[in-house]
Amino acid sequence: MLKDITLGQYFPGNSVIHRLDPRTKLVMLVVYIVALFLASGPASYGLMLAFLLTCIGVSGVPGKAFLRGMKPLVFILIFTGILNLFFTQGETVLVSFWIITITLEGVVRSVYMMARILMLIAGTFLLTYTTSPIALTDGLESLLNPLKKIKVPVHELAMMMCIALRFIPTLIEETDKIMSAQKARGADFETGKLMDRVRALVPILVPLFISAFRRADELATAMECRCYHGGDGRTKMKLLRYKRRDFCAYGIGILLLLAVILLTRFGL
Amino acid sequence: MSPILEIQKLTHIYSAGTPFEHTALEDVSFSVERGEFIGIIGHTGSGKSTLMQHLNGLLKPTSGKVLLDGADIWSDKKLTRQARFRVGLVFQYPEYQLFEETVYKDIAFGPKNMGLSREEIDRRVREAASFVGLTDSQLEASPFDLSGGQKRRVAIAGVIAMEPEVLILDEPTAGLDPAGRAEILRNIESYRQAKNATIMMVSHSMNDVALLTDRLLVMNGAHLAMDGTPNEVFTHAWDLVDMGLDIPEVTRVFLELRKLDVALPPVYTMEQAIDALKGGIAGA
Amino acid sequence: MDIAIKVDHLAYTYPGVDDTPGVRVFEDLSLTVDEGSFVAILGGNGCGKSTLAKHFNSILLPCGGKVHVFGMDTMDEEKLLTIRKTTGMVFQNPDNQIVANVVEEDVAFGPENLGISSAEIRRRVDLALKQVGMYEYREHAPHLLSGGQKQRIAIAGIIAMQPRCIVLDEPTAMLDPRGRREVMETIERLNQEKGITVILITHHMDEAAKAQRVIVLNKGSIAADGTPREVFSQVELLHSIGLAAPETVELCWKLNQLGADLPLDRLSPEECAQTLFEHWKV
Repeated sequence: MLKDITLGQYFPGNSVIHRLDPRTKLVMLVVYIVALFLASGPASYGLMLAFLLTCIGVSGVPGKAFLRGMKPLVFILIFTGILNLFFTQGETVLVSFWIITITLEGVVRSVYMMARILMLIAGTFLLTYTTSPIALTDGLESLLNPLKKIKVPVHELAMMMCIALRFIPTLIEETDKIMSAQKARGADFETGKLMDRVRALVPILVPLFISAFRRADELATAMECRCYHGGDGRTKMKLLRYKRRDFCAYGIGILLLLAVILLTRFGL
Repeated sequence: MSPILEIQKLTHIYSAGTPFEHTALEDVSFSVERGEFIGIIGHTGSGKSTLMQHLNGLLKPTSGKVLLDGADIWSDKKLTRQARFRVGLVFQYPEYQLFEETVYKDIAFGPKNMGLSREEIDRRVREAASFVGLTDSQLEASPFDLSGGQKRRVAIAGVIAMEPEVLILDEPTAGLDPAGRAEILRNIESYRQAKNATIMMVSHSMNDVALLTDRLLVMNGAHLAMDGTPNEVFTHAWDLVDMGLDIPEVTRVFLELRKLDVALPPVYTMEQAIDALKGGIAGA
Repeated sequence: MDIAIKVDHLAYTYPGVDDTPGVRVFEDLSLTVDEGSFVAILGGNGCGKSTLAKHFNSILLPCGGKVHVFGMDTMDEEKLLTIRKTTGMVFQNPDNQIVANVVEEDVAFGPENLGISSAEIRRRVDLALKQVGMYEYREHAPHLLSGGQKQRIAIAGIIAMQPRCIVLDEPTAMLDPRGRREVMETIERLNQEKGITVILITHHMDEAAKAQRVIVLNKGSIAADGTPREVFSQVELLHSIGLAAPETVELCWKLNQLGADLPLDRLSPEECAQTLFEHWKV
């Protein structure tokens, strides 16, 4: 059951989007998010949606994967929708009873807010679905490299992220195993009051932590044995190099941003 | 008397309806009599672990039934919960599931979940500890201060303390040295004799299963490939090798002897080999 | 022939925590391993074999005595990287030594630490993966592979550093028979074809039997040292320290207890059957 979590899952492929440099994709995601927050009105939203759908189409990642990934976020989405629906002041009152007033502006705003969140999440998913976690880490490390000058441990952070990504599936599998084993001894995780349920987690968390520490210890030794000594003097097998498609992508990003600014400027 | 466990046309499909769909068990049927010592063999991914987790209701069959004492364990919630306790399951490397401050408390976890009285829990903890050879002073120690072999025995005691009628163990001796292996196997056998319990043991060690079991189930590719006495199963020694399994060394020696035209019955334990050879070897 | 590893009067005590006294593992241990040989170190749980292995590449440093690896003192901090690159280590749990979540990236981890050029890393990674038979899995995620495959990835990660010696600490303990076979075949091939010195720590007798030399450790000292045939024929000694001889030897030994006179150095089923056949009275 825990295995079904798809957060950050990578779909290997060979589309243009897959082949873009991870740095390009990271910068493009930032540009996309900025554009999304600048957008207001049907035209700019329409443009953003068209851009997103085109990218998803080109990537070849099945649309279902996006829907599946959204599932855990449905609650936040609905919550945002309702909040905007009820608490937006407006002129055109549609429904009004007791203390609740729903205005046309509220409906419009709530639709826009939900669309914004959905598109934000979908864009982020597109990045993680088309970029292997390791490429993503490399990209981040390379983009953040200038920060080394102000003593930000960029390499160490990237290494930590890489190891975390490597061990998430292992630890999830382990959690499943420990849960089954404790269930076999009659542990009950599904019923009882909140406090009982919290207490029921102890038999899972304690072995999980102990195992995580043991793994960390063994991994550290194994890394030392493989001559790991921090980021100094370390080289990379795969060097990041910008290609023509990356410059095209940056161009498209700038155009998108400009278009959204113009469209909102003219109130479309 | 009816069989203690009856498995009828058991099929289990993981992640059904997704691209990751995977049939782990297909149409598996067999029954288990009280007091039997059964060995389950098969390479990794053959469906052994999935099968085991069905026998105490941890997994629900996609189709087919598991009958415990004649009753379908999924027909009633109470029966499902009872199956957890009546069929004890010891996972692979069980020492990694210890979590309590003391050995005593860890062993008591199962009996406590059964809702037993304090006296009964105490009796069971002490009895289970004695089955696996733990001393009273060790009961008060932290399980994390024990050696690897001792931790393993504490974890096994934690399941034995529920006094299951059927005790299932997944590779209980994995990673232990010969002395540690022998000790664990002795513990299991003593529990079986004291309680007339049924034992099902998954193992990659053919010597262990050959030595202890009355019956072998061979899993291969989600199917039950063979079901018979060790004698019957090891007659098909080369089929086992094809399935990626080992066969006992003495069985190999006898297969080689047969190639040299020495007509001897097939054997699978050291004792049988000695018996078969002692008349024929000069001096012995 | 060069000496790969030289242990001279090694003493080691694990430091105690707080007031508890430390655990003494070695008092005075000496041994040498020749370059190009395949040595198995046998012993029960807690005999000190893993502790010894960790001295071979400066993970642990002697409390007394010296350990030299290809002439380099393991205490010499300036040689640390050279020592670790020369003597690679593979551990029991394959999950806990794989760093990256793509196979080839993991194999590249060692060479990357050595500061080698990208093209050379690529070449070494491909070669190492081919040598362990995992080249076609180079873009897979390690956690979806079998235990035997993961362990071969770990071995590839070591040979990509082009070591002269590999130390394997119970590499098959968590594997099924198929995985064990895969790993053992890989190890033997590396020793025979590449001339890499192999030190295999194990408690599987049949694996030790494949080595050229077997060292039996008991309570921190050497209980037996010789060819597999010499060591395994000392059945009583092995029993006395909680080990067993290979089944074939045990069989002959038990028959000898009943009065037969069989040699105790038949390690394979074929040899054993041949011997039994020769002693068969028709």
